[in-house]
Amino acid sequence: MNSASFAEMSARQRLAAIVDDRSFHEWLPPSDRVTSPHLAQLGVPAAFDDGVAIGRATLSGRAIFVAAQEGEFMGGGVGEVHGAKLVGLLRRALRDRPDAVVLLAESGGVRLHEANAGLIDARAAGIATVMLIGGANGCFGGMGIVARCADTVVMSDIARHAMSGPEVIESSNGAGEFDSRDRALVWRTTGGKHRWLTGDCDVLVEDDPAAFRAAAIAALDVHRPMTLAALQQESMLLQWRTAIAGEGADAIELWTLLGVADARAVPDLDAAAVRVLRPAAVAPLANGGA
Amino acid sequence: MDWEGVASRLFGDDHDIVADGDFLGGTATFDGATIAIVGTTNHAAVGVDLALRQARAVLATTGESPGRPLLLLVDTQGQKLRRRDELLGIHRAMAHLGCCLDLARRNGHPVIGLVYDQALSGGFITSGLMADACHALPEAEIRVMRVPAMARVTKLSEELLESLSLTNPVFAPGVANYVAMGGVRSLWDGDLAAGLRAALADRDTSDRRAEEGAQRGGRRVAADVIRRVLEA
Repeated sequence: MNSASFAEMSARQRLAAIVDDRSFHEWLPPSDRVTSPHLAQLGVPAAFDDGVAIGRATLSGRAIFVAAQEGEFMGGGVGEVHGAKLVGLLRRALRDRPDAVVLLAESGGVRLHEANAGLIDARAAGIATVMLIGGANGCFGGMGIVARCADTVVMSDIARHAMSGPEVIESSNGAGEFDSRDRALVWRTTGGKHRWLTGDCDVLVEDDPAAFRAAAIAALDVHRPMTLAALQQESMLLQWRTAIAGEGADAIELWTLLGVADARAVPDLDAAAVRVLRPAAVAPLANGGA
Repeated sequence: MDWEGVASRLFGDDHDIVADGDFLGGTATFDGATIAIVGTTNHAAVGVDLALRQARAVLATTGESPGRPLLLLVDTQGQKLRRRDELLGIHRAMAHLGCCLDLARRNGHPVIGLVYDQALSGGFITSGLMADACHALPEAEIRVMRVPAMARVTKLSEELLESLSLTNPVFAPGVANYVAMGGVRSLWDGDLAAGLRAALADRDTSDRRAEEGAQRGGRRVAADVIRRVLEA
């Protein structure tokens, strides 16, 4: 029985549930009032943390740096201060070498290129980089790209990880292209089960903070190699997956083509039941294979 | 300027760059050395296929021609807004391209970005913005994201965002604002070859964008926030 929904928690509640009890030490906390210089112009009240909490903590006794984005503030849209806090955290990780950087991602997007470079730097330096994606607003845009640069992406079955939101696609190309009100379609195209079955998510969990914490602990020693050989293999697999899908495939058709038996049943299954269905052919796209 | 014009201003006839659909690829001779060119044209909407195509070209250069400089020619309207691309993990393909460029840099390839026409949002994040430094032509157009998309993410009205774009460089389109924010290191004005020569000579690959944004006054707080996090 789940004690709470990870998706429904605030960023700070999630953070507290993931790291060891009372181990979180925040940098630039709300009491420092480091706020966005742009929000006043937008007529939006500032948040004293600009929508992200960053700091150090321990996880199962190991030293980590951690950040949690608040989806309720500007949809987790990454502004100047918010982005700079993430970049500062990643640069500090490169300097101080914690065992891992754990990001609780929830963002509608907006450009985040420096965090992108910073995250890859940390990963290349041998620091495990872990993304926990379970917020109600999903993980999109620049943050969506940053997230997939990490060693490990953990998602819940109700989380979404993508580039453009369905509303943006619908407003550009019509509901015939992507009907943003068709929730089943949206989730089977961008949700955790789909990302798991196609190899874009490394760990699929229930919408449960304890499950996210366990997955984060397991990811502390997981490093995805970033060598020429590893990227060449990723390139081949992504091309293969794209070729298999053809032009018009729906998620269920794609799962079937990839080798998922009874793909039609997937939307009704829980995370545990979906975990065992991932085709062996896509496993090398994810960490840990099985 | 179209890519043919850029290529001939940079290399004269000493190049074999070709466009295949929206993809640009080839090599050129510059100051006696061979450089690899990877990019996009036709204001490409960058989807899974085009991101993977660029990544392949980058990997081929890294695998076969150690140390060869990479010039990224950027012209994109942004990421492709199609259900198929989301289904096939466009964020994964873009991340893959970014990691391939990062590997090239780590292996000693100079990686130079040049926005010669248009650069919008997602099409640009893991190409020009993953370079050692990104440069632009003065007439280029660069935007973080289109106003309607920004309105959806921020839940603010398009009218408000439009009016802000007239006064605040963070919201405004235009290449000068990107220079002021530090996202673009320099404009290549007039003598393009001189711009490329200077970019290739700068072998400091550290990320100076926040610092340059502060020095140039376009991004006033980011560098200071980063410093405070490092000192906290």
